[in-house]
Amino acid sequence: MKIRLLAIAHARSGDKGDTANVGVIARLPEYYPVLVKYLTAERVRAHFAGIVLGRVERFELPNLGALNFLLHNALGGGGTLSLKNDAQGKTLGSAMLRMELEIDEQLIIRGEHNV
Amino acid sequence: MKDRIRIASGQGFWGDLLSAPRDQVTRGDVEYLVMDYLAEVTMSILQKQRRKNPSLGYARDLVPLMDDLLPLLVKKNVRVITNGGGVNPLACRDAIFDAARRQGITGLSIGVVLGDDILGRLGDLQAGGMALRNMETGDDLAAVMDRVISANVYFGAAPIVEALGRGAMIVITGRTTDTGLTLAPMMHEFGWREGEWDRLAAGTVAGHILECGGQASGGNFSADWHAVPDLAHIGFPIAEASPDGTIVITKHAGSGGLVSVQTVKEQLLYEIGNPVDYITPDCIADFTSIRLSPDGPDRVRLTGVKGRRATETYKVSMSYLDGYTASGTLTYAWPDALEKCRAADTILRTRLQDLGLRFEEIRTEYLGYNSCHGPLAPAPSEVNEVVLRIGVRGKDHAAVERFGKEIAPLILTGPPSVTGFAGGRPKPSEVIAYWPALLPKSAVTPEVIVETH
Repeated sequence: MKIRLLAIAHARSGDKGDTANVGVIARLPEYYPVLVKYLTAERVRAHFAGIVLGRVERFELPNLGALNFLLHNALGGGGTLSLKNDAQGKTLGSAMLRMELEIDEQLIIRGEHNV
Repeated sequence: MKDRIRIASGQGFWGDLLSAPRDQVTRGDVEYLVMDYLAEVTMSILQKQRRKNPSLGYARDLVPLMDDLLPLLVKKNVRVITNGGGVNPLACRDAIFDAARRQGITGLSIGVVLGDDILGRLGDLQAGGMALRNMETGDDLAAVMDRVISANVYFGAAPIVEALGRGAMIVITGRTTDTGLTLAPMMHEFGWREGEWDRLAAGTVAGHILECGGQASGGNFSADWHAVPDLAHIGFPIAEASPDGTIVITKHAGSGGLVSVQTVKEQLLYEIGNPVDYITPDCIADFTSIRLSPDGPDRVRLTGVKGRRATETYKVSMSYLDGYTASGTLTYAWPDALEKCRAADTILRTRLQDLGLRFEEIRTEYLGYNSCHGPLAPAPSEVNEVVLRIGVRGKDHAAVERFGKEIAPLILTGPPSVTGFAGGRPKPSEVIAYWPALLPKSAVTPEVIVETH
């Protein structure tokens, strides 16, 4: 089935220099394995093509049902160097949640975030 | 020993909701009020202010705030911990003593933490073999040494604990970690010491949750933002700490906002790197060990936190001048709003080129279309208005200044139905670049002064 990440996850993003971090949190415990399986660093790097110029690192937090991504060279230099309206990457979390995933599993999407 | 203390977050950054600290003290009982004022670039701004006026260089909001709160704090015996001292904690303290004197409050003890400002010692430290290499690029500080405008060590909780132990009712620090402000009262009240890494890590995690104020209690919450009640009267987060290291995150009854497992998770993931190594001067906290569970309405219990021995180094935050930027905006209306923006951008770039102006970067964004999600944003079929935003960055002040004079002419010499140029010519602003480095803890010693007047 095809799902939008927004349907199964929520997110928050922020900055450290020119690196942005995006924390992606499963809305329900059963969604976490789907995140681990499909939301790979490579997939995220491809999603952010043209925005993230450096590498993407992924860390797992199974205790919180969450993944943390570091997006390197993503903020136009970061800090006061950046000419971006969103110089601190505050909206990269919602940019992440735009992603559409084709998954093998059949998930029951609860709530109002169906695609 | 108390079996529980309540630590309230009062400010998440300099510029935060001014009513929050008073609300935290009046809507319910708390023992501590902690206020974080310092972002990465704040110290350089304060350093500039002190250079112009030696009695400034701290978060000036703090003085009227304390002037307002002092009688309440004294009456309710609430202690305040803040890093709003910036690069001049002593001047900040004296201004608060003045406010207390005017109100006839006597016997007030204020502690300050000094020693984090190493700007005047950089030459000596380098001569002593400290390269202060950039943690991100590996470059030697010598490359930018003549342009450095601020240099501060991040101290942890320890000097604050000392000030509390010596009776300070208010503790004012310079560059202290945000997490240390919250951990310190737990160490003071419960006698936690070096070696009790799990408890220090639990207090550090609580500090991370509190350090951004309302962002842990329903603000900027992405899971279900429209379901958060009464954000107009948001209650800032409170950490209820117990001697065994158990923490409950909550907010005052009757306040707006929301404390849930989801809101706390979002804040836990805010601005972290490798979750196994959350490094502070006090300990290393392992965020993959945190257990969260609901504990009633607007209450989340935090248990199981694992910690490890702190590292032998302090992080140093330095800033240096690195050229200039300027940016301007124009608003174009229907029909063809986006096309008009693109045409205006081309005209402006042509004129900059004709003038022979060179920049390190020229950046164009279309607000209403792509300034947030860039190439991920779907092209709009028809929007009523789009804001053209153009910015430049370069080392040549004159070129950046001239750019600022090329925006307004577009109104009468570019595409039609344009407005939104009320702010005047964009002025060049200094680029303050950031230089993070590490320094052995043995190279600096925090100094704690407690005075009573």
